[in-house]
Amino acid sequence: CRHEAASVVVSSRSYADFTPEATFDIKKVDLHRLEEGPPLTSTLTREDGLKYYRTMQTIRRMELKADQLYKQKIIRGFCHLYDGQEACAVGIEGGITLSDHLITAYRAHGYTLTRGGTVREIMAELTGRREGIAKGKGGSMHMYTKNFYGGNGIVGAQVPLGAGVALACKYLGTDQLCVSLYGDGAANQGQIFETYNMASLWKLPIIFICENNQYGMGTSVERASASTEYYKRGDFIPGLRVDGMDVLCVREATKFAADHCRSGKGPILMELQTYRYHGHSMSDPGVSYRTREEIQEVRSKSDPISMLKDRMLSNNMASVEELKEIDIEVRKEIEDAAQFATTDPEPPLDDLCSHIYANEKSFEVRGATPWTKLTSHS
Amino acid sequence: MASLRSFLQCNFDILRKTFVILFVNVRDALNQAMDEELERDERVFLLGEEVAQYDGAYKVSRGLWKKYGDKRIIDTPITEMGFAGIAVGAAFAGLRPICEFMTWNFSMQAIDQVINSAAKTYYMSAGFQTVPIVFRGPNGSSAGVAAQHSQCFAAWYGHCPGLKVVSPWNSEDARGLLKAAIRDDNPVVFLENEMMYGVPFELSEEMMHKDFVIPIGKAKVERQGTHITLVSHSRCVGFCLDAAAVLAKEGVECEVVNLRTIRPLDVDTIEASVMKTGNLVTVEGGWPQYGVGAEICARIMEGPAFNYLDAPAVRVTGVDIPMPYAKILEDHSVPQIKDIIFSVKKVLNM
Repeated sequence: CRHEAASVVVSSRSYADFTPEATFDIKKVDLHRLEEGPPLTSTLTREDGLKYYRTMQTIRRMELKADQLYKQKIIRGFCHLYDGQEACAVGIEGGITLSDHLITAYRAHGYTLTRGGTVREIMAELTGRREGIAKGKGGSMHMYTKNFYGGNGIVGAQVPLGAGVALACKYLGTDQLCVSLYGDGAANQGQIFETYNMASLWKLPIIFICENNQYGMGTSVERASASTEYYKRGDFIPGLRVDGMDVLCVREATKFAADHCRSGKGPILMELQTYRYHGHSMSDPGVSYRTREEIQEVRSKSDPISMLKDRMLSNNMASVEELKEIDIEVRKEIEDAAQFATTDPEPPLDDLCSHIYANEKSFEVRGATPWTKLTSHS
Repeated sequence: MASLRSFLQCNFDILRKTFVILFVNVRDALNQAMDEELERDERVFLLGEEVAQYDGAYKVSRGLWKKYGDKRIIDTPITEMGFAGIAVGAAFAGLRPICEFMTWNFSMQAIDQVINSAAKTYYMSAGFQTVPIVFRGPNGSSAGVAAQHSQCFAAWYGHCPGLKVVSPWNSEDARGLLKAAIRDDNPVVFLENEMMYGVPFELSEEMMHKDFVIPIGKAKVERQGTHITLVSHSRCVGFCLDAAAVLAKEGVECEVVNLRTIRPLDVDTIEASVMKTGNLVTVEGGWPQYGVGAEICARIMEGPAFNYLDAPAVRVTGVDIPMPYAKILEDHSVPQIKDIIFSVKKVLNM
């Protein structure tokens, strides 16, 4: 069920115009096989608040721009938008570092950004241009950056991949962990249960995260899963069910989960209860299996960006003008990126056959006819 | 114990240097190759069912767990899709996994990870993400293991860009190609053959060197000939050589080409041979439709060698049926030496 914005408990005073930090009550987390969970309060600094606000707003506006470009047929193919779920990507990143690893499925634009991609290179990838983050070879579902392994198109396949990354972290003796995300639709995949088993047996430093946005494409959770308590589905793996619309909830839970992993206890599972405003993809209006009223209710009562904004404003952590200024800057960044993504040239045809093999000398690739001889470069 | 070992080692070295060649069976060749590569590079590790404490379902990894321990030789549960995905993820993050399928039949449970997660990733990421992984295990027909355990996957995996697919025949191939595969920064499908594991072959001192690698993508002419080219891979190479010996008595000299690699296919070597002999028969254990031989014939049609053909190229293949169990039926499901001889004579109009 949806919730109201959390109330303030304590805020500290300082000489600056704005409150430098404040502590908020956050929703209690449901626990599975855990004696204690994350704290019931979260302290937010003004700096972090502004950062989270900006990042969530950037994701929001970037996704809405993608919607627009898709309808103009400048983006084609699959396009799965993340608006509504911003608190998940931003909150998770707030609980780990960039030297940790993360992998997700196809609703990946937000994560590509939080993991270090720029709006410019993300949008240019969506429009299939040469300056795209994957040089136009990947598209919406196949974006990669350092310690971010995509962007994966096959439902559920990313979960064992993430456990493999975690295995490498443990093998190489680093303190790093891997966050492996999947949706409520993917949560029934057999390979995920296979991964739960091996991750537990081998105590891999992996945080499994189920982003439960209530619908797997057009199928509601009740129609897909015999048990919708996704945080318990890991059985022998401790689990948390977290309010995924509250960036602070997500952050505290992620920190808690990260500590669990880094202390060598093995895997842990987080279910983030969240919501997507768009349909499954741009081909899905998203209103045949849910009501417009439902979507509107989430928007008005639980929007992650509004929640953060209200908290900051009502605690004098930022001014209306300041946040408006951020909105304007974000809007400009998105416009510039969209402009770039629309005008940057498409990849050169010479690139067609490149990147088949790594670290290999160039070789001939058969084209569409026996006379078409193309070349592949590494 | 240490002195006994050094005594044996000392005498072994003397024996090795005295008799420059050694007889090593394919199983031991694979075992030694993995051992040497595990020693050479800390990032290499092996995972799969029974690879560690059981010494390998077919004993290919015998002794490795004892030597390298749990960290580097990992027994997995019977969950191919999961552990293949884990292996690929480990490769993403900088390790160099060897992922064993107990047989390639079981790889069908995990084929999405091999193709969509491993093979395509370097391309989709425009060269950002490498996948230095080897998938290995026995492929093709065995003896009496029936339909679900006898399929050849050379054509299935050979179909996919982004993969390298390798099919060794003898111990030299097994050793050199496995080392090359492990050192390769790309996903390699390594198709072994269970019936070849116990077969010994001569290995020269040069081949026993720890840096002996055979280039992937290069076929080998095992036997020079003038009248007809036989192209094959894996166990069938041996049948081709046997057929060639019989045919030689009748004055037919066969050139036998051992593909060694299915993808990338060494068309140049095949073409050069066909342009020399003017006749071609391909021999494989797999099914005929859309198979390795079909690809070779198509390439010959499309290339310069076509003009040198004196007769249409033909394929000798496994029979187009699921593998039966009874010995007499199984024997008649796979290409036999007499089938190769018969086909050569037909092509040469003898």
